[in-house]
Amino acid sequence: MTARIVELRKGVLEKNDLLAAGLRAQFADVDVRVSNWVSSPGTGKTALLELLLARAVERGIVAAALVGDCATDNDAQRLARSGAPVRQIVTEGMCHLEADMIGEHLSGWDLRALDLLVIENVGNLVCPSSYDLGEDVRVALLSVTEGEDKPVKYPQLFHSSDVVVVTKTDLAAAVEWDRDAALAAVAAVNPDATVVETSARTGAGIDDLLDLLSTRTPHLQEAP
Amino acid sequence: MHELSVAHAVVSTVVDALPSPPPRVLGIRVRVGELSGIVPRALEFAYDVAAQDTPLADAALVIEVSPVVIDCPACGPQQLASTHDFRCPVCGTPCGAVIGGKELEILDVTLDDTCVSEDMVEVSA
Repeated sequence: MTARIVELRKGVLEKNDLLAAGLRAQFADVDVRVSNWVSSPGTGKTALLELLLARAVERGIVAAALVGDCATDNDAQRLARSGAPVRQIVTEGMCHLEADMIGEHLSGWDLRALDLLVIENVGNLVCPSSYDLGEDVRVALLSVTEGEDKPVKYPQLFHSSDVVVVTKTDLAAAVEWDRDAALAAVAAVNPDATVVETSARTGAGIDDLLDLLSTRTPHLQEAP
Repeated sequence: MHELSVAHAVVSTVVDALPSPPPRVLGIRVRVGELSGIVPRALEFAYDVAAQDTPLADAALVIEVSPVVIDCPACGPQQLASTHDFRCPVCGTPCGAVIGGKELEILDVTLDDTCVSEDMVEVSA
């Protein structure tokens, strides 16, 4: 038996990457800023997003959200109270969102009417890092209750993010959060990340985050 | 733990590239970057499951792990020793400009040549 080696050179996630590139072009075409929020479960993504959407409505910024969870539409119901259009993506156990799910769940929405679209990924610090959703900005969230070294424990995800949002800063003193250590951990894996410190209870940092996500110049995520 | 989805993507990408009828595939080589978010051991495990009942059932998977390489503005391309310390190993400057280590790609497939038709040449394109 003789063997022949045939070069293939194909990206394993090429199908997802092509769909994501299509979405990115579509978003750029209608001038909507898109961010992909990723964190571990319980970081406070939904509480922060609730406040962000309500603030967007007050400021006349037209925002919408897609929220991913393994089960239930609890988060979509919570977020819909802001008055912004919201849709739930139920992944039925899958641990991350993929580009085709985004495409499917956008059907019927007039993207031209939007300034900002937030995609809340499934709570998971590992798998979402591999899947481009066509976003302009990837946002990793880190709560003060989680431990300052989370970024170095999950370097792939924090490295692939453009913005790192610190949440629950109102609890910082109670949990003796070491701010310098946390910022050093972010810098160790992602020296170029923009850090925004927020609290969904006091509203701290919400306007800064809204400004950053709704006006940031879109750029292409590097291909994985 | 999305290695099973990735393993299915590996198998379907190779199967789609094979001519019909598919030749016997002896092996495939995949490059996995340290920043790809994929754990090689988990991918090996998932691959065995994903390859069952496909033309890849007997094909051995070889995973080549590629390290993180940054492009230091002062020192040029430098390989990092870890995925959680993005400083140039030579001058110590923090640097996030990654030029290697995010790969997740199928490099090549090894086919049983006795049953390969000339159609396979298209695969290389």
